[in-house]
Amino acid sequence: MGYTSNGGRSFSRRWVLGAGATTLLTTGLSACGSGGGSGSGGSTLTAFVYGDDAVKVQQAAVDRFNTSAAAKKAGGKIKLERIPGSDYSPKLRTAMGSPGAPDVFFNWGGGSIKPYVEAGKLIDLTDVIENDEVLKKGFLPSVLAAGDLKGRHYGVPMRGMQPVILFYNKSVFAEHKLQPPTTWDQLLDINAKLKRAGITPFALGGSDIWPELMWLEYLVDRIGGEKVFRRIQDGDAEGWGDPAVLKAAEMVRELVDDGAFGSKFTSVSYVNGGAPAVFAKGKAAMHLMGSWEYSTQLGKFPDFAKKELGWAPFPKIEGGSGDARNVVGNPTNYWSINARVRNKDAAIAFLKECASRTYARDLVANGDVPTTSNAALLLGDAPNPEYARFQYQMVEEAPAFTLSWDQALGDELGTKMHTEIGKLFAGKSSPGEFVAACKGLK
Amino acid sequence: MSKAATKAGPTAGSKPARARAGRPHAAWALPGVLFFAFFAIVPMALAFYLSFTEWDGLGDPRPVGLDNWSRLLDDPRLTQSLWLTVLLTVCSWLFQTVVSLLLGVWAAGKQRNRAVLSAIFFVPLLLSSTAVAVLFYALLDPNFGIIQKDTLGSSSGAFLAIVFVGGWQFMPLHTLIYQGGARQIPAVLYQAAAIDGAGRYRQFFSITLPQLRHTITTSSVLIVVGSLTYFETVLILTKGGPGTDTAILPYLMYEAGFKSYDFGYASAIASFLVVAATGLSLLLVRLTGFGSMRSTREGM
Repeated sequence: MGYTSNGGRSFSRRWVLGAGATTLLTTGLSACGSGGGSGSGGSTLTAFVYGDDAVKVQQAAVDRFNTSAAAKKAGGKIKLERIPGSDYSPKLRTAMGSPGAPDVFFNWGGGSIKPYVEAGKLIDLTDVIENDEVLKKGFLPSVLAAGDLKGRHYGVPMRGMQPVILFYNKSVFAEHKLQPPTTWDQLLDINAKLKRAGITPFALGGSDIWPELMWLEYLVDRIGGEKVFRRIQDGDAEGWGDPAVLKAAEMVRELVDDGAFGSKFTSVSYVNGGAPAVFAKGKAAMHLMGSWEYSTQLGKFPDFAKKELGWAPFPKIEGGSGDARNVVGNPTNYWSINARVRNKDAAIAFLKECASRTYARDLVANGDVPTTSNAALLLGDAPNPEYARFQYQMVEEAPAFTLSWDQALGDELGTKMHTEIGKLFAGKSSPGEFVAACKGLK
Repeated sequence: MSKAATKAGPTAGSKPARARAGRPHAAWALPGVLFFAFFAIVPMALAFYLSFTEWDGLGDPRPVGLDNWSRLLDDPRLTQSLWLTVLLTVCSWLFQTVVSLLLGVWAAGKQRNRAVLSAIFFVPLLLSSTAVAVLFYALLDPNFGIIQKDTLGSSSGAFLAIVFVGGWQFMPLHTLIYQGGARQIPAVLYQAAAIDGAGRYRQFFSITLPQLRHTITTSSVLIVVGSLTYFETVLILTKGGPGTDTAILPYLMYEAGFKSYDFGYASAIASFLVVAATGLSLLLVRLTGFGSMRSTREGM
């Protein structure tokens, strides 16, 4: 799983049974439906969406679209289906293999849609976007590109940006007269000082593994630049042999051996609130996490979020060739269109809604930072404008925004890579073994 | 197992005519057979078929012959998994058998407090495995739990936690089985032994244990097959970690199927598990002489 704020993709046996039943049901139902003949009252397209708090923004967009002139012209309406977050990926996978497939669906771009693209189930939107002023100019280019697959667009950005940010505890920093690190040496220096003071430098939800992945993503990017992972993402497993990957893995081992994450991080989880609590309670001074850490803390420890939560970009690494302005994380989420869509015009008309000012305003009000090019003007209305502006600038100025590796590689490779990262952090494999194992992934 | 036992039971020694009169028509078994076929046999056959294909859940499965099976043989993770599964089975068997045998024999007594305590011991079995695992996960939280140690983060700690939590949950069942078994032992045996001057321990090892040998087999088969298919606890407590140190076979299968969407390979692992579990339980029954159905009361 990428960094979805609700975290893991764990699902229960009950889910599996439920999914089977659902598939049977939807298959059966749609089989009945097709016999009944559609067409009366225009076509209604279904859109699968990740069902968390942000879904109200999409619901509002759907409601607006359904009564718009564009919908009337295209002769179609949208019906939103919210799917609980932890079930989203497997549910989408089962649905896409059945007649009950959605016409439009939420995804993470990149590798998360690769199997669908390879199975010929998605519409290539490259020409549509190129030929449409609204879509072409509506979004930040780095964000639009980050969801690409081999240079082709299959999705239109539809949610807030989720860059990975170095969060810190302001009062701990003030107490020990520290500044957020801008270079790796400073980070190591702070690390040493905090350890002497008996404070774990970094909170880390190691049992989920994806928080560990964030460290590697930034280290590899700062050391070797975004091209290192781009090569791997494009299918060249030899890319894991880049010296930057080995160097990053060695730096990870140094941090772990040095106690930068404390001694218990392998059994701490982010999803169940363990790591955020360690951080908020001052047991750890910093936390490398996606931008949703702010809302997580606001929900669980509001005082901490409002008064003590500080944020900074990931420091640069001396001698590294990567641009220190580069960002990793989830650029955003995307809408993609099923190749067997019942009304392509209506689907595309709906996607244009996501570039509108009203839509961006809704996202901002919900605490998200939109990826639209006009977003900067709206950020004053955010629940925390300072934080929103920091995020927006970070992404806008980033020469490259690398999609979370697990999302970029897709489920199969991503899962296997998680295993290797878990082993590296837990000390079950050396940096050299890590690189060798990753090169063998296929 | 239970099917074989019920089939063998009533037929033994009964006259054909009486059997025909006193037993229901075979058609009565139809709903059960259909249910079993639809929910056990068909999926099993389907999984076996899928093990010879490549399928990511989209489109149609593509036949790949023995690819998944040869991959299975070459996979270093499978070797580790197999070893872990065997280790887990052995440890669970030892832990659960020893404790529930003693508890069961003790609970077979007649004092009132035993009945009350037995009822309390039974409680964990009423909870779902998921609830039990979630509960222990919270208790083992390294920063906010009751044991503030990196239990689940160390290989041995995580493994022992799985053995313990599984034992905690399933021992009540086995205790119940042993309690029932122990109550079946005729009191005359103990009275005779007491006259001969046998003490408590001598009575336990010379009467109780031998008399319980079929009970031990029954309980062991359940524990062994149960441990082979152990899943929720691993998923919730450790997710196979740290590293891959608790990734037992069923977890490996889940990961291949529902995280990597590599259903062909997952099906190969599943088929392998079915074969291994069936083979193992048959072997257990054969070795212990359970199948021959000789009574423990022979010669009495």
